[in-house]
Amino acid sequence: MEDTGSIVAFWLLAALTLGSALAVVVIRDLIRAVVLLITSFLGVAGLYITLSADFVAVVQVLIYVGAISVLLLFAVMLTPRASRDNAETFFQIPAILLTGLVAFTISLVSLDTDWTVVERGGFEETASAIGESLLDKYVLPFEMAAVLLLVAMLGAIVLVHPEGTEEE
Amino acid sequence: MAIELEHYLALGALLFAIGLYMALAKRNFVGVLMGIELMFNAVNLTFIAFSRFVSPATDVTGHVFVVFVITVAAAEAAVALALAMLVYRNRETIDVDRMDLLKW
Repeated sequence: MEDTGSIVAFWLLAALTLGSALAVVVIRDLIRAVVLLITSFLGVAGLYITLSADFVAVVQVLIYVGAISVLLLFAVMLTPRASRDNAETFFQIPAILLTGLVAFTISLVSLDTDWTVVERGGFEETASAIGESLLDKYVLPFEMAAVLLLVAMLGAIVLVHPEGTEEE
Repeated sequence: MAIELEHYLALGALLFAIGLYMALAKRNFVGVLMGIELMFNAVNLTFIAFSRFVSPATDVTGHVFVVFVITVAAAEAAVALALAMLVYRNRETIDVDRMDLLKW
């Protein structure tokens, strides 16, 4: 993290991520908001690369940019034009106060704490190490995640299936 | 100025705050979900930053945790959007302040 390239990359990616996240909040059209959210996800993937987390960056692009944003787009498209408005509720002012408080507290604590930072380079390559630990140390959570995904997909299909609701 | 752990932590805090604001204050249910996804991203970024700067070089626990978080987030997004479709079918709206059946 010493050379100029990674510093410039960090600031550019941070500006991209935060800028498009703010634009998601401000913009009125929900479709454009989802597209800007994709940009924010891509910025986070780039930040993973600057942290030398190659596998997680690829997973981020595949799942967030590829799958979750398409799900969000589907949900926006399948609901009518009347509900494509991205406005705030009456809860806006308390939400701004609470959000500012949370951002201030977390930033202050994380800047104030004396982290025991390890002086070392980035990871050489994480994919093989993650794969080995998924099938060795974390094999039980791995299987549970598989079951959870199966149940969630089945549940989503059953929920939106038209016949499922009419039969009852 | 070199990029340190604190930069990533502050960035994660700001991103989390933006997501929290969206989850609390957006009227559209899909907007609330987008806020929740932003919060997931902020937490994942913090995990990866700690894994890079604090844990030893052979330890990829943070990465594994992030992979699990992304898995659960995908499952959550699928179920939540199915629920949004269902609410829209029954109530003709997905504005969270008009889902007021339990309000007297």
